[in-house]
Amino acid sequence: MLIFGIPLQLLSTQILLGLINGAFYAILSLGLAIIFGLLNIVNFAHGAFYMMGAFGALLMLDHFAMNYWLALLVVPLTIGLLGCVIERLILRRIYDLDHLYGMILTFGMGLVIVGLFRNQYGATGLPYSMPAALQGGYNLGFMFLPASRAFVILASVAVCLVTWLVIEKTRLGSWLRAATEKPELTEAFGINVPLLITLTYGFGVALAGFAGVLAAPIYSVNPMMGSDLIIVVFAVVVIGGMGSISGAILTGFMLGLVEGVTKVFWPQASTTVIFVIMAIVLLIRPAGLFGKQA
Amino acid sequence: MTTQPEITAAGLPGMSASHRNLFLLLLAIVAVAPFLAYPLLVIKVLCFGLFALSLNLMLGNLGLLSFGHAAYFGLSSYAAAHAAKVWGFTPEFALGFAVLVAVVTGAVFGALCVRRQGIYFAMVTLAFAQMIYFFSLQAPFTGGEDGIQNVPRGALFGLFSLQSDMALYALVAVVFFVAVLALYRITWSPFGQVLRAIRDNEPRAISLGYRVDRYKWTVFVLAAGFAGLAGGLKAISFQLASLTDVYWGMSGEVVLMVMIGGMATFFGPLIGALLVIWMQNELAAFGAWVTIVQGLVFMACILVFRKGLLGTIADRLGLKV
Repeated sequence: MLIFGIPLQLLSTQILLGLINGAFYAILSLGLAIIFGLLNIVNFAHGAFYMMGAFGALLMLDHFAMNYWLALLVVPLTIGLLGCVIERLILRRIYDLDHLYGMILTFGMGLVIVGLFRNQYGATGLPYSMPAALQGGYNLGFMFLPASRAFVILASVAVCLVTWLVIEKTRLGSWLRAATEKPELTEAFGINVPLLITLTYGFGVALAGFAGVLAAPIYSVNPMMGSDLIIVVFAVVVIGGMGSISGAILTGFMLGLVEGVTKVFWPQASTTVIFVIMAIVLLIRPAGLFGKQA
Repeated sequence: MTTQPEITAAGLPGMSASHRNLFLLLLAIVAVAPFLAYPLLVIKVLCFGLFALSLNLMLGNLGLLSFGHAAYFGLSSYAAAHAAKVWGFTPEFALGFAVLVAVVTGAVFGALCVRRQGIYFAMVTLAFAQMIYFFSLQAPFTGGEDGIQNVPRGALFGLFSLQSDMALYALVAVVFFVAVLALYRITWSPFGQVLRAIRDNEPRAISLGYRVDRYKWTVFVLAAGFAGLAGGLKAISFQLASLTDVYWGMSGEVVLMVMIGGMATFFGPLIGALLVIWMQNELAAFGAWVTIVQGLVFMACILVFRKGLLGTIADRLGLKV
């Protein structure tokens, strides 16, 4: 069966791959958006935390024989905790400065983390053996759906949905939204905003760590895996606008999809298509698709 | 932030006595350096010094941080290398072509980038630079992972061979010095004053009738052009243009140079370039330690040393640099 002269199987496979990329864009840009909302910091180290998530899963398996499912819980928690410590010790010192300083500071932090991992594990990729439950897949008639890939999409949709629900529908989320809008006033109501900030940073980087664990079985685990990805995620964030949580999630999946489709019709352009879309969005809607116009 | 020089009777900023002395000092250093150190190493410092100054033209005066400045540096080094090697251009035309490529690219991307401010500007410049990186990775004329190697240095105007390192050094030093003077002139021109007015209070500059976006765009193009000149010089001098020059790591490095030197100073980025290259040389044998140390220096610059080396010294001595 052909669609626009392209075999359906090829098209659907690329769409699936695109959706998986989109899943990572969504989780990472969600984390960036939450952190930026409260801390006003563009967390350049986000890619490094994602990489740490993947390495975390690998190391847990090698040293403690921890299975994938447990790692999916333990590794993000550990990384989140590390994030809280970093926020308390380092980031807290620069909140009264221009936002640019936060970006440069976290850029430096990312360099240090990636450098340490490169010293320890070299620059080549390490394999993570696929958990048994994710081997095999389903034959959908028009394509073969590997279980591991289906799981990545399901897990990321679930995490994004839960995060959105927590922020939009719970008491904790309402504090968070209040603190994002008016931190001083929120504090006057007796809410511990500094603690909220610490937890937000921890949660944001924990999301990156979670994405890293998800990535471990399907991509090769190497110290540089987050460095290029995070720049594409920046473009995703600019396209979506950092104003809305659901916007970040939707934009992430959408752009992954666009990338996948581009790969079918014009493979060479697939790495640049997101940046081209960013250029168009800057021209017609500078604040981003879901951003508030300044 | 940036200090103001004395205003001359004509009402235009002129070069103060202390700045004139600094330029004489710089001239003396540039003249003596190749006899004290390996000329190619000094050339590297001059190229990166010019690159860092071009970034700071935008950052220091407008407060806009381009996190993708390597795009113009790298693309131009490809342009110069291709022109010299494939088309057989003489060095001066290869350099001219390099600057042209940077200016045209800067004009296109600049028009898009100035539509966002602050932190978004940094992200957008970075994203476009990554686009140019991916383009360079695939384009047929860049040589992919190998880059363009064995670029001929050629003969200046077709007459003076640049084969010897000293002849090459003479060319680089002259181009460098003229470019630094031009950057200085731009910084302290009425145009530069408007830039600082925009940086300090953009709504007021708009209400005074300045077309702010046009000023930002012009600076973007100028900064890209000077970065392109630096990239072209680097490609001709080291006979190589490679993906390293367009990668985000390079963009980060040049930001580091500016931060170390002090972004509120004119001359600071030169010192930053010197220190970063010295650091790379010292740590070259230790693999990823270069990255780690650079990251730590970045963090130190932000946490404890925000004025940079020259900025701090100048503050202590009450100097304006």
